[in-house]
Amino acid sequence: MILLQKQDIKLDQVINNFHKKNKNIGAVVTFLGLVRDFNNGEIVKEMSLEHYPQMTLKELSKVGEMAREKWDLIDYRIIHRYGPLKPGEKIVFILTASEHRQNAFEACEFIIDWLKVKAPFWKCEKSDQTSHWVEQKSKDLQKADEWLKKIS
Amino acid sequence: MKILYFAWLRERLGKSQESFEKPSEMTTVEELIDFLKQKDNVHGDIFSKCSQIQVAVNQEIVSKQHAINDNDEIAFFPPITGG
Repeated sequence: MILLQKQDIKLDQVINNFHKKNKNIGAVVTFLGLVRDFNNGEIVKEMSLEHYPQMTLKELSKVGEMAREKWDLIDYRIIHRYGPLKPGEKIVFILTASEHRQNAFEACEFIIDWLKVKAPFWKCEKSDQTSHWVEQKSKDLQKADEWLKKIS
Repeated sequence: MKILYFAWLRERLGKSQESFEKPSEMTTVEELIDFLKQKDNVHGDIFSKCSQIQVAVNQEIVSKQHAINDNDEIAFFPPITGG
């Protein structure tokens, strides 16, 4: 299931409710991405996340289904927030569930690495006086390339 | 056609979208960019940084040689920084 939302992500609700119907799940792996108060030597007071709603949904569904197929996931969740966020707030939550842990671990790592360069979000960091758009990291592109080699 | 702008492109232009009828001789994204560059100084300035701009046609990232049609939704944006 994919969710795009402005409001906070209620972790306990997501984690406690999803697996009750699936008694064949043996492993659940989660990733939580948070806003840091410091980036590239600068204080961050607020981060604003802009996105392209229709395309974001398409891309997140694509990455979720790629992961489900490749690692035989029984279920997954991708919840991404947008709008203004303060340091310490949640940005993205990923949950993967499979029969055995290895598949859930790998799928979770793949989903976050892949969506970082494929799902159309743009981060704008604000300090007291200035704001700037965060640039894409070559390290993130490399990771996506490595996954492409592994999964194809 | 409908053209969408995101992040610093939207900020620089002061608008998130614009639309116009596609001239029949315009067939690729590249030709659309050349057309937009001529519109005014702000468009010219933005599209001079073309190597830093990605394009999606109907919500799929494509190359600048990709074909376009009049009813397409075309989006221009900087490299993605999600997650």
